[in-house]
Amino acid sequence: MSMAPTASQTLGPFFNYALPFNADLTGGGKAEGRSIVLRGRVTDVKAAPVRDALVEIWQANAAGGYAHPLDRDEARPRDPHFSGFGRALTDAGGAFSFTTVMPGPVPFEGNRWQAPHVSIAVFSAGLLRRVRTRAYFPGEELNADDPVLAAVPDARRPLLVAEAEDGGYRFDIRLRGENETPFFGD
Amino acid sequence: MVEYAPYPEDTQPAVDSERYFRTSQLAPSQPFVEAPVTLSEITGPLFTREGVSPEEADLTAGGKALGQLMVLAGQVRDEDARPLPGVLVEAWQANASGKYRHPVDGRDAPLDPHFVGAGRALTDAEGRYRFVTIKPGAYPVPNSGNWWRPPHIHLSIYGYAFMSRMITQVYFPGDPLNEIDSIFMSVPDAAARDRLVARPEASLGLHEHALGYGFDIVMRGRDQTPMDEEGSTT
Repeated sequence: MSMAPTASQTLGPFFNYALPFNADLTGGGKAEGRSIVLRGRVTDVKAAPVRDALVEIWQANAAGGYAHPLDRDEARPRDPHFSGFGRALTDAGGAFSFTTVMPGPVPFEGNRWQAPHVSIAVFSAGLLRRVRTRAYFPGEELNADDPVLAAVPDARRPLLVAEAEDGGYRFDIRLRGENETPFFGD
Repeated sequence: MVEYAPYPEDTQPAVDSERYFRTSQLAPSQPFVEAPVTLSEITGPLFTREGVSPEEADLTAGGKALGQLMVLAGQVRDEDARPLPGVLVEAWQANASGKYRHPVDGRDAPLDPHFVGAGRALTDAEGRYRFVTIKPGAYPVPNSGNWWRPPHIHLSIYGYAFMSRMITQVYFPGDPLNEIDSIFMSVPDAAARDRLVARPEASLGLHEHALGYGFDIVMRGRDQTPMDEEGSTT
């Protein structure tokens, strides 16, 4: 039997008392790997901040492993202190910030690997569906051969690479307009 | 391997919609990038009973909240109709006066001290969830030319995959505001819209206490790996 997925509807503005937020993925510093801050701003067509947007991230641990039954590879072991999931709310300036660890490379098909990346979902009043993108990291050799980054037109590819910034990385999410963040299709 | 076929035509709203005024400021204007679906997309956060207590599924403070008491219950399945246990469902809604307990809701309408309007549930071994709540009121959208949102309950659902993550809204049958609501009407397909409307179902209610409404959810993806309630594969 084939059933159509339930239709998405907007997040709306009134959710923040209902959803628990956890923007520290490291369990207070217990997770393995290099601790990093991933921060940015969500902005609209006028480059104005989008407040009360919901930003969710999902990523591999420092060894490149996902805390999920579909990823079982002893070479990339689980970290009991790292779930890989974080959730943040943007403030009045559109800003969000996660404390996490640098993810390891994740396998693709055959012998190919994906460069370290963080998957990002954004919900907001004014968006009827969630949009999804990825943050990559500067200076990673694997970026050049990443199969998902390769699908992004050359000119827009740099928009998916975070900028190094005092002890962390900045990844701004421009929902619409100039230097619009590339988003992936569903 | 989990498959993510394209959504059946018109069963999802476009990311922007001429009917919904704010999308022209926010919704991406560039075409979406078609990229391979990888391990990063077919995995996603999992939740367990340890983190979600059964009391969180009662939004009424034990029946003290004002308004029409009701049960909202249903089954979460994948596109193959396979039940999904261990899925987190989060709910939030306005109170019976159409007022949210949220500082941005500046409308002059009463709050109910016994109603926060937020709950969570984890689906059981058959993929079923159940909330006890009250029917929310309609409310006007500020600066919209007298657009009133029909009564609705927001649901946020995690399947087993980042790819299937979804937020939706549950509507009520027969409400005249539904068909003039820009958000409800943003779903082009009428049958897909109808599936966003809860169905009255007496057997789901509580005897002489709460009305019953059924609302089933279909998560994106086929051939999902069966998992037990603790998020392990079975």
